[in-house]
Amino acid sequence: MTETPDLEQHPAIAKIRAWRPEAVAGLISFRGDVTVIVYPEHLRPLAEMLAKDPFLAYTYLSDVTAMDRFPIEPRFELNYHLLSLSRRDSLCLRVRLQGENPVMETVIPVWPTANWHEREIFDLFGVRFEGHPDLRRLFLPEDWEGYPLRKDYPVEGPR
Amino acid sequence: MTTIQTATGATNTMVLNMGPQHPSTHGVLRILLELDGETVVKAGVDIGYLHTGIEKTAESLTYSQTITITDRMDYLAPLSNNLAYCLSVEKLLDLQVPKRAQYIRVLLTELTRIGSHLVWLGTHAIDLGAMSVFLYCFREREELLKLFEMVSGQRMMTSYFRIGGLALEPPTGWLDRVRNILQSFPSRIDEYEDLLTKNRIWLARTQGVGILTADDAIALGVSGPSLRGSGVDYDVRKYFPYSSYDEFDFTVQVRTEGDCYARYLCRIGEMRESLKIVRQAMEKIPAEGPIKADAPGIVPPQREKMKTEMEALIYHFKIFTEGFAPPPGEVYQRIESPRGELACFIASDGSQRPYRMKMRTPSFVNLQALQKMVEGRLIADVIASIGTLDIVLGEIDR
Repeated sequence: MTETPDLEQHPAIAKIRAWRPEAVAGLISFRGDVTVIVYPEHLRPLAEMLAKDPFLAYTYLSDVTAMDRFPIEPRFELNYHLLSLSRRDSLCLRVRLQGENPVMETVIPVWPTANWHEREIFDLFGVRFEGHPDLRRLFLPEDWEGYPLRKDYPVEGPR
Repeated sequence: MTTIQTATGATNTMVLNMGPQHPSTHGVLRILLELDGETVVKAGVDIGYLHTGIEKTAESLTYSQTITITDRMDYLAPLSNNLAYCLSVEKLLDLQVPKRAQYIRVLLTELTRIGSHLVWLGTHAIDLGAMSVFLYCFREREELLKLFEMVSGQRMMTSYFRIGGLALEPPTGWLDRVRNILQSFPSRIDEYEDLLTKNRIWLARTQGVGILTADDAIALGVSGPSLRGSGVDYDVRKYFPYSSYDEFDFTVQVRTEGDCYARYLCRIGEMRESLKIVRQAMEKIPAEGPIKADAPGIVPPQREKMKTEMEALIYHFKIFTEGFAPPPGEVYQRIESPRGELACFIASDGSQRPYRMKMRTPSFVNLQALQKMVEGRLIADVIASIGTLDIVLGEIDR
């Protein structure tokens, strides 16, 4: 649980900086987890670059997690937890989306496993994924109203 | 609801609804199968029948209270869930757990792995027509559940791992019970293997069935024995050691065939490896020493201290009335559960309750591979493929 001393030395971050410096919105190192904050429009090409790069080889997508920062804008945060099996290294990519009509480009062509993760986020947060082949609710019934994991979703019904 | 679009060109196919109350779906899983005769043309998976909103519930509980709901996700391996959650909160707090507690955690999660694999083996075998294996497996699992009951008071919903260590000191004589199991267990695994490993019917039902290539498995995010059966040696215990796993000597079970039989051999091998780890943990566990971290305000004080020290009483009161507040930040902690990579994502906003808790459950991700495994295969292979993925619907739907 040591803090990474110099993030710029991280092989992935150095590569991202060289590849498209304007894509990076910020870097976080917390308890040994490295997070790169990326502007949403760059995420899909960046995902492709990280997965295809023969050295970095982030071929394994562990998880996509979403978070609602209501009432702060940009409200939604998506975290893509990547894994490089050849280098035994993990990296997190984060994008921030506005509350008004949150849309993100799908990463299914890069990591097919994203299919259900994105459906889950659509189901529970209402973030839409452009280019998703089958964007339907995953857990809740089709006629469910609202998105339960949003912070402004009422947790108590009328009494 | 999931609907199937009839594949183009196929005119005489029929759609068969399997589940959610089908005994071989291991819970409430619904699969829509489009069949051409007995061949599966297309399979659609429908989940959500057990969705209880565990992640939303966690947002209104304190960090300590949340442990109890992690038990209910993967109900066949509650201690693994406890561990993933506790480790992530400890990571958030930057809390060091005493070695003694770490070794007991390793010992218990490895016993959990054996117990979970026993349920998998029993149900997988009964699905494919081998009734007696099920009875043997559940007989042995009972012994393990008794051990969990001895330490925690509960057979299944243990909540035994707490933030900073363990709930209680294990009772005296408990390690002797573990030792007995260690003695009898290797021959029990031999018994299962006698029944299945060279059984012609078992081979016919599992070899070459439900094939998953390494590339497909990685692309679909499959983890655990289901991934290692396809020739990828990814095991979180080796790749990202936690809870002192780097001090243990064990081999990761890998097979390259990628079929149900390969995954069967992987899991059988894992049970033997787990016994090895348990044996090493028994030697490592110091006879004396703390089982909880020394962190006032986070770890509840000892009962004895509360009778003599006012601070201890105050901390106790504060922990159980309002909880504690970790620093703001997000952590992601992986562990190797019996089913694969189990990860817990926690975001803290500096308050006493998790701002967001998300579990990356291996069954959820592994189940996505089912479609790939069954399409173009016979309907009987669907049963084998569900069994070999070793899914628990509680952690899929959460």
